[in-house]
Amino acid sequence: MSSHTSTKKLLPGAVIMDPGSTEQNETGSWRSMRPVTDYEKCTSCMSCWLYCPDSAISCEKPPKVDYRYCKGCGICANVCPVKAITMVPEGQK
Amino acid sequence: MCKCVPGKGDNHGAGGTKVKKFMTGNDSAALAAKLARVKVISAYPITPQTTIVEKLSEFVANGELDAEYIKVESEHSALSACVGAAATGVRTFTATSSQGLMLMSEILFVASGLRLPIVMTNVNRSLSAPLSIWCDQQDSVAVRDSGWIQLYCENNQEILDSTIQAFRIAEETLLPVMVCFDGYILSHTAEPVDVPEQSEVDGFLPQYNYPYALDPEHPGSIGAVGVPDYYEEFRFMLQEEMLKAKEKILEVGKIFAEKFGRKYGLLERYRTEDAEIILLTMGSLAGSLKDMVDEYRQHGERVGLVKLRSFRPFPVRELKDAVGNAKAVAVLEKDVSPGLSGALFSDLSTALINSKKSPLLMNFICGLAGRDVSPLQIREAVKSTLEAVEAGEVKNPVRWLGLRETLMGLR
Repeated sequence: MSSHTSTKKLLPGAVIMDPGSTEQNETGSWRSMRPVTDYEKCTSCMSCWLYCPDSAISCEKPPKVDYRYCKGCGICANVCPVKAITMVPEGQK
Repeated sequence: MCKCVPGKGDNHGAGGTKVKKFMTGNDSAALAAKLARVKVISAYPITPQTTIVEKLSEFVANGELDAEYIKVESEHSALSACVGAAATGVRTFTATSSQGLMLMSEILFVASGLRLPIVMTNVNRSLSAPLSIWCDQQDSVAVRDSGWIQLYCENNQEILDSTIQAFRIAEETLLPVMVCFDGYILSHTAEPVDVPEQSEVDGFLPQYNYPYALDPEHPGSIGAVGVPDYYEEFRFMLQEEMLKAKEKILEVGKIFAEKFGRKYGLLERYRTEDAEIILLTMGSLAGSLKDMVDEYRQHGERVGLVKLRSFRPFPVRELKDAVGNAKAVAVLEKDVSPGLSGALFSDLSTALINSKKSPLLMNFICGLAGRDVSPLQIREAVKSTLEAVEAGEVKNPVRWLGLRETLMGLR
C-alpha cells in the first residue's frame, strides 16, 4: 500500500465530500526525473509556475518546486526561457 | 408469434385505476417518464432511436412536462449529459436501442461506477453486422456486466409500471436502471394500458433527494481516480449494492401492488407448481410461451413457465426455488454469447451450481433479429427437452430454433 492510503470510510461512487483532498495524496514518489533550478540563471518570469500541470511550483519569486507533488514531467524545464531548470535522474545529485 | 394482447399472468386485468389507454410500448415508456416528472431528458434523435424521446420532446414543447430536454450529437453524449445532470441531483431519463446502447457502453460503466440513479429505456434490437433493425436482446445482454439493474418487460403495461418503479428502485439503491423491452413486438405495437393518475404516481414517487448532489455551497468531487489501493473496494461496494437491490426490487414491487393492484417481483411463475419441464425466458416471448403452456396443460402435460424480470441483479435463490424441482429447464433466449451459449442459460447454470440436485438444462437460441418464434419451434424445444428427460442426459445442450440449415449447406 502506498503512503496516501486513507482509512476514511468510502462513499458510494467514490464521491469525495471534503474538497481539496487531493493535497493529501502526495504524488512525488511517481517521479523518476527531478527538476533542479539554477537560481543564478532564474529570472522569476513564472513560466514554470504557469505551465506546471500539477500546481507543484509555488507562486513566489523565485518560484520553488514542491517535491511532495512534482511528478517529474519536465514541462517546467522545457518552457524555461533561460534554461535555468535541469532534469536530474532521481538518486543522483 | 407474439401474445400482444395482455391476458395471462400476474399483471393483467387487475388494475387499481380506471383509465385505459391504447398505447404502443414506446408511448408507455414516454408516459411513465412524464408521470415520474423527470427533470432532465437527454437524447440523440437519429436511428436507432425510438419514438420514446420524440414523444417526450412533444410533452416538453407543449408545456405538459417541466423538464430540460438536451439534444446531443451521439448516444455517448446523451448518457454523458444524463450523468452530469444526475450528479446535480435531478431525476434524469434517456432512451436508446441496439447500436445506440453500444455507443453508450463506456458511459454505462461511468454511470454505475459513480452510482448515479439514471433510468433508461432500452428497446431491444439486434446488433450489426449484418445490419439489422429488428428485435432481439443481444444489445442489453451484451452490457449485462455494466453495473446497471436490468428489468425486462412482457407487455406494454409492464413497460409503464416498470419504468415508474425503476425511478424508485434507482433512487433508493443509487444504481442506474435499464428497462428493456422487445423492439417492434412491443415498441411499435399498441395495447390497452392502465394509466395511473398523476397524483397516484406522485404518492408513489416522492421528490428525489440525491445525498451527494453537486452544490457550489458545499463543494465536493466526483469521478476521482481509483488507484489500486481503492478501486477494488468500489467494485465490491457496487456488487454488494446490486445483490441487495433484489430486496429493493421486491419491496418496491410490493408497494406498487398495494397502490396500483399489479404485482411485480424478480420473476414470474406461470403454472410451475407441479411442472416437470419449465420454460425460462425474458421479455415478450413469455406471452407466447404462456399460451403454449396452456396448450400443453390441456393435454395433461406438466409444462410451466418462468419469466425472468430482473436479469441484473440475477435472482439466484428465487430461480432455484422456481425451477429446482423440475426435471428439466428449457431456456429460450434471443441472444448468444458466441463460443459458449445464450447468456441466460449460462447464468442459470451458475445459479444452480453446487446444488445437490439440479434439473437438466437445455438452451434454445431463437428469434434473432426479429425472426418469429413460432408455436412449431416452441414445440420442437419442448420435444427435445422431453427426450433429454427420458434419456436422463443432455447430449447437445445449446441448440438453435428455426435455423435455415440449407442456406448454410448443413443439409
